[in-house]
Amino acid sequence: MINNSNPYFKPIQWILIYWFGVGPIHLHARVTLLNAEQDLHQIVESAQPYDSLILSQGIYTFENILIDKPLTLMGQEGALLKSLNGDEILLVTADSVTIQGLTFTGVKTSYIKERSAIRIDKGKYFEIKDNVITNCFFGIYLEHVSHGVIYNNRISGQATTEAGSGNAIHAWYCSNIQIKGNELKGHRDGIYFEFVDKSLIEENLSFNNIRYGLHFMFSNDDIYRKNTFRDNGSGVAVMFSKEIKMIENTFSHNWGGASYGLLLKEINDASIINNQFNQNTIGIFVEGSNRITYSNNSFRRNGWAIKFSGGCSANEITNNNFLNNSLDLVVGTKLSDNEIHHNYWSEYTGYDLDKNNIGDVPHYPVKLFSYILNQVPEAIVLMRSFFVYIVNFSEKVSPVFTPKEVFDPTPLMHEVQ
Amino acid sequence: MLKIFKYTVYDLIRNRWLIFYTGFFLLLTIALIFLSNDVSKVLISLSNITLMLTPLVGILYGVMYYYNSEDYIRFLLSQPISRTSIFSGIFGGMATSLSLSLIVGLGTPLLIRGVLFVPEFITFIIVLGMAVLLSIIFSSLAFIIALYNSNRIKGFGVAIFTWLFFAVIYDGLFLLLLLIFKDYPLENITLGLTMFNPIDLARILTLMNLDISAIMGYTGAVFKNFFGNPLGMMIILILLICWIVLPFYWMLRKVNRKDF
Repeated sequence: MINNSNPYFKPIQWILIYWFGVGPIHLHARVTLLNAEQDLHQIVESAQPYDSLILSQGIYTFENILIDKPLTLMGQEGALLKSLNGDEILLVTADSVTIQGLTFTGVKTSYIKERSAIRIDKGKYFEIKDNVITNCFFGIYLEHVSHGVIYNNRISGQATTEAGSGNAIHAWYCSNIQIKGNELKGHRDGIYFEFVDKSLIEENLSFNNIRYGLHFMFSNDDIYRKNTFRDNGSGVAVMFSKEIKMIENTFSHNWGGASYGLLLKEINDASIINNQFNQNTIGIFVEGSNRITYSNNSFRRNGWAIKFSGGCSANEITNNNFLNNSLDLVVGTKLSDNEIHHNYWSEYTGYDLDKNNIGDVPHYPVKLFSYILNQVPEAIVLMRSFFVYIVNFSEKVSPVFTPKEVFDPTPLMHEVQ
Repeated sequence: MLKIFKYTVYDLIRNRWLIFYTGFFLLLTIALIFLSNDVSKVLISLSNITLMLTPLVGILYGVMYYYNSEDYIRFLLSQPISRTSIFSGIFGGMATSLSLSLIVGLGTPLLIRGVLFVPEFITFIIVLGMAVLLSIIFSSLAFIIALYNSNRIKGFGVAIFTWLFFAVIYDGLFLLLLLIFKDYPLENITLGLTMFNPIDLARILTLMNLDISAIMGYTGAVFKNFFGNPLGMMIILILLICWIVLPFYWMLRKVNRKDF
């Protein structure tokens, strides 16, 4: 079936090869159109490096297809790869592999092996584009890879428990990868990074995942921007990482007892800029994180906008909007050496006599009620009670329980645009 | 009854105090809208004010109106009309005119602001609804207080104390109780205790709209089940209606037994 005089070969396919980038260097490469009756294992095995395999419409029921040479696997509309017995479908161990336009399904949960629809092991320069992965244990699993891109995939699962579900995109020991424009839902984590450096996560939509929309562990120098995280167990968790940039993301509707828009644990030197936090139980939960810049973020109608839980120093909170949150700022212990200035607080009651857009009286965002809530969480039903106002007011006049050093000396009179 | 109701309403909507009350809310709402472009912020401020003020005005105005129209009531009592219909009419008329002034005062500026077309519309309805319900509840309490106290000074004193109790003291005792027994599971008790205070009920119903994200943060299963679904809202509404029906019934009982 595979030879130089391939009957399906047409000039138009030359153009196709050009478009998808494999072309110019490998003009000798062959393009083969496959149908569902053929044995994928055999075809992949006998293919030459830089060949393209185009899967026509149909259901291909295989598993553990090993791609150990640079190949392009493309699907025509309706090309569905289904796992035979629920094991992995594609295992890539070579560089420069492209997987595009395919639909994957049927990888079953295993408690022994982390099965995934596409696994790339030690490959570089891979491209995974425009695929649809439904109801698989793990979606895309990367280990020891670098310089790859994952674009415009739609990965959805039906996770019910954390233990019995996998991550939509799982990356382990990777560097320089780009994950862009994907839609991730119904998995454990939308994107999971462990030991992943210098990577970019951009314009993804991660929702209805049961644990985190995006999860960093021990990953440094990464950027994520313009992503949307909503209705996840928690939006994004960044743990034990350094130099992470979080820019222009939206975190919304992460509700629950341990639900955060953004969870920071043991993070150093990160910056959180231009993000939107809407209606999360806790906008940002911070634990043991130092030298972090929070600027130009908007916190709208969260339960707690930012909750510091100790061990945080040298953070800077500036030019943020705190709009109609139930509680703006909560600090567990002493918050020393942190700078809070030039924020807009919708609760600020001061005045601006010299009209320089900076309030003349400092704003104390930590209230006695939040201190009480830490002791008796049930007291939440008394929120906005007149009595609580009186208590808060008297505390504000002469602080006893709330930390005196946490205040904004230069609160803004108008929202930061 | 309908005739008495009609005359009470006619009498009251020309009343100086009520016009002042309407004007106050009109000005307040307009001022808030001018101060902030954000409708949800306006609604939060309004709900804070109405939750405190409407019970106070309801109870004081109720007592005042009863004492002022004592002669009129005595005159009506001498006529062949049943006591139930006299008092239902007067109470109904008063509650209606109070509610009307609230609806006009709070509603018109926000309607002009375009509250119909923003997602906060439901919150607006709830804030307005709670203000109306609290006015009705506290004016019925006012009638009871006035019926029990023929001494006006004492009546006003009891009315102010009743308001103070429900608006401030109750929550203070509540919080104290929670702090004392904080080592015990308190979810059920907390839910139970809120039922006995109409202001708390109204406040929680508003909270469920404004601060649901914070409330959902509390892990207690009882809370989550209660606040997390519409059933909780229904239960609160039913309880608030009980808070109207029971005092009204008490008032009628007292009316039928009182020696005027």
